[in-house]
Amino acid sequence: MKKIHVLIVDDSSVMRKIVERSLRQAGLELEEVREASNGAEALAEVQNTSFDLILSDINMPAMDGLEFLRNLANLPAAKNVPVVMITTEGSEARVVEALSVGAKGYIRKPFTPEQVKERVAPLLGGAQ
Amino acid sequence: MSLPTSRGTEHIVKPDPQWKALLECAAKEVFSMMAGVELTEFAEAPQEPQGEQTAMVGLAGALCGMITIRCTSATSGRLAARMLGDEAATNPSMISDALGELCNMVAGNFKSKVTQLADHCMLSVPTVICGEDYVLQTPPPNEGFQTVLSLESEPIWFSLVVQG
Repeated sequence: MKKIHVLIVDDSSVMRKIVERSLRQAGLELEEVREASNGAEALAEVQNTSFDLILSDINMPAMDGLEFLRNLANLPAAKNVPVVMITTEGSEARVVEALSVGAKGYIRKPFTPEQVKERVAPLLGGAQ
Repeated sequence: MSLPTSRGTEHIVKPDPQWKALLECAAKEVFSMMAGVELTEFAEAPQEPQGEQTAMVGLAGALCGMITIRCTSATSGRLAARMLGDEAATNPSMISDALGELCNMVAGNFKSKVTQLADHCMLSVPTVICGEDYVLQTPPPNEGFQTVLSLESEPIWFSLVVQG
């Protein structure tokens, strides 16, 4: 089983830790977890590191998750990295928009580790 | 159910008596899923909110106001440990941030249960007050409710204050 490299993007440091903890509790083998507090920081991370999975909040200062997705689509090295959005609000429009600009799925808060695994595992191919 | 009424080009939603049950349901779901704890009703609920930790999330749009959660530092420390690991229980910053995130998720979960709010109400980032010596004042007219749930016999207060 291949260990995966994950990027977690959220302006809340606590939420980043909760997401990482959920991935581990779900049984995913994590080789490396990198964090970014907004889309701009995440883009910088993506240009320097190869990731197997990106989990991103939608509402963030500086660059939100939707703009991050649009920029990510222009980076050849990151084009095939699956991005899963994490959102609190019951805003279907934002989720639909995220899916239309490249997100491979979404997780709505609150979530359980099992729900995270359900959404994420199919995107990792043979990695997990 | 409450019906939206017109305010300029926006719709405003009037509070509904059923919302108290919806807020309790939202709180139970969030605490169970994110902290692995079960909130229950009190047989004899304490009346006045007490505790050194208060988290608040603002609501704007179809509903203007705020949702708050208040509890003791000990309770919020236990919640942080359940969410983030044992080391969080002694880290004041993590304790406050964890309660803020819980409040954010309770507010989000609550509004997703009220059809008229789901796409028409925005949430603020959470704010956390540490301390007991304060009074929360909202300009009139305002209305709302509070409810208290038990986490292993320790009270946690939830409130919704609606402006206008």
